[in-house]
Amino acid sequence: MKKKSITEPRTSHTFDAYTNSEIRRAAETGIYDIRGGGSKRILPNFDDLLFLGASISRYPLEGYRESCNTKVILGDRFSSNPLNLEIPITIAGMSFGALSAQAKEALGRGASLVGTSTTTGDGGMTKEERGHSKQLVYQLLPSRYGMNPDDLRKADAIEIVVGQGAKPGGGGMLLGQKINDRVAEMRTLPKGIDQRSPCRHPDWTGPDDMEIKILELREITGWKVPIFVKVAGSRPYYDVALAAKSGADVVVVDGMQGGTAATQEVFIENVGIPTLACVRPAVRALQELGLHRKVQLIISGGIRNGADVAKALALGADAVSIGSAALIALGDNDPRYQKDYEKLGTTAGSFDDWHEGLDPAGITTQDKKLAKRLDPKLGGRRLANYLNVMTMEAQTIARACGKNDLRNLEPEDLCALTVESAAMAGVPLAGTNWIPGT
Amino acid sequence: MHILDFNKLSLRDINKTLQGSIKNSFFSIRNPKGSHALAVGINKKITVKIVGSVGYYCAGMNKFSDIKVEGSAGPGLGENMMSGNINVTGDVSQYAGASGHGGSILVGGNASSRCGISMKGIDIIVKGNVGHMSAFMAQKGNLVIFGDAGHALGDSIYEANIYVAGEVASLGADCIEKKMTRKHLSNLKNILSNANVSDYNPDTFRRFGSARSLYNFNVDNAKIY
Ligand SMILES: Cc1cc2nc3c(=O)[nH]c(=O)nc-3n(C[C@H](O)[C@H](O)[C@H](O)COP(=O)(O)O)c2cc1C
Repeated sequence: MKKKSITEPRTSHTFDAYTNSEIRRAAETGIYDIRGGGSKRILPNFDDLLFLGASISRYPLEGYRESCNTKVILGDRFSSNPLNLEIPITIAGMSFGALSAQAKEALGRGASLVGTSTTTGDGGMTKEERGHSKQLVYQLLPSRYGMNPDDLRKADAIEIVVGQGAKPGGGGMLLGQKINDRVAEMRTLPKGIDQRSPCRHPDWTGPDDMEIKILELREITGWKVPIFVKVAGSRPYYDVALAAKSGADVVVVDGMQGGTAATQEVFIENVGIPTLACVRPAVRALQELGLHRKVQLIISGGIRNGADVAKALALGADAVSIGSAALIALGDNDPRYQKDYEKLGTTAGSFDDWHEGLDPAGITTQDKKLAKRLDPKLGGRRLANYLNVMTMEAQTIARACGKNDLRNLEPEDLCALTVESAAMAGVPLAGTNWIPGT
Repeated sequence: MHILDFNKLSLRDINKTLQGSIKNSFFSIRNPKGSHALAVGINKKITVKIVGSVGYYCAGMNKFSDIKVEGSAGPGLGENMMSGNINVTGDVSQYAGASGHGGSILVGGNASSRCGISMKGIDIIVKGNVGHMSAFMAQKGNLVIFGDAGHALGDSIYEANIYVAGEVASLGADCIEKKMTRKHLSNLKNILSNANVSDYNPDTFRRFGSARSLYNFNVDNAKIY
């Protein structure tokens, strides 16, 4: 007979089911977990902020009738041809190799439909994305895979990648499964081998060198196109100040929720700071240099909707950038592929083994059959719809706060729900005048 | 021959002139004074002689051009060049030929650390010694060293070849000495004759390359990483 217990079976918070499964996985395989996506843990984020709509002390603008500008110019500090974007939401750099050619094309189509830019990634520029992107930012990465001066001259802007929010201080990884002939050729490496992108640039270290690197890129492109510098969110105050001092036109700060194609789980979850905590120090650095709004600030990492956009802008950013959300708009983790996800031992919504190249939605793969599942035209349409919705959402909030330009939103329009987010965002706890730390 | 003098012209003027020149033009640049980013982004077969030493990234990302530096060069000489030639009579600093996709660099003197880092098809010939971590993550192409090589030569190398006539202080992870086959000897001779180098004894060279044991992640290699 079964013995009846007098107390409930109790599981541990320290050794919860996921932790235990990770220990067993490590014991079995002897290798750390590698995955795609961003941090999955609970973090202080933009949801912890609320807008204070206008009423008697300020008056709101009428929806639909009174205009609210969404346009933004990126990179007019030193370049003669800055990017003119219709909306302050850009598509972040995601590598061809990590993504299929169809996915890159869909991103270009979607971004171009709404008048915003898209970005290349590790592995170089494909003709699909150049062809379908009206405004394309070309990344200069440590690996220099596929780096080509002809493509550089075809770019509308250049982004020097110093770091990525998912892995500040880390390099890239593209496992052999995804290295088909085309990817291998673009990267000048044999097919099927793992590709470790280095974490430092091969020909410079530190801000003084970077300044000279920027000079070289400007001399090659005739001072025409803007130069962005992308840093991971770790010490945003110093990194943004140094990037601006080195001569960047635009600085991109990518917080720890930022997605990646493939990185160690331990890296994604334990290195870097939340996006929410990046914005104010970055803005302060620019303000102190007298460069706020002159050097534009782009914030990324976990941006999902128009409220996130409005909050990032209210804290002082000029634009935001999205990666993961754009992939979801294309069909990543869509419940209609639930059966396929189950076959891979996961569920729609949790699939993150992007490095294995078996994506049922045909996005993070180089498998011809799977990649065909994504129709670039339809995908582009879906992305454009989503970008339009985000923009309208942000405008709705801005008008409610009485602003005729998204960038007129300000920290005074915000309050925080938690002490932590109040301290990080530098706005008062709701219902009080208290900003912790000031 | 057109003379471009730094005492009279700005860097922008000089680069613009070089980039916009017609094929087969010949330029002589005077008083470079260690300037950075000189003669970069050239996309045509032109000849540029620089009389004096240059700073960072000289001849970066060039295609087709022939650049001669009568002096020494700073870091990142010919970084990411695609084709054409560079000839430096003196010494070169760190990361010469970094990520170079094609063409060739001939260094008359010594090269500092990380010479040929991430090279992707370029040929680099150094008549003197090279510093540590040279040919780090070298993917393709050839690094020919007449003198000695510093520590960790060819660390994490892929499919590039390294030829060394002098001593090697130490080899980096996954770099091993390989047999100098007939094919490789003729490869070496080709590289040198293309660069008009004839004063050497081919038998003094040894060849190094990848053991290819780090190409796919293997748990038992974890300690090497
Ligand atoms: C599949 C994928 C591939 C990526 N590849 C690159 C890359 O090549 N270079 C880069 O700078 N960032 C890369 N990133 C990071 C994005 O540029 C961006 O910083 C990040 O996705 C923003 O966070 P979000 O995904 O939460 O929107 C990649 C992200 C994803 C999801």
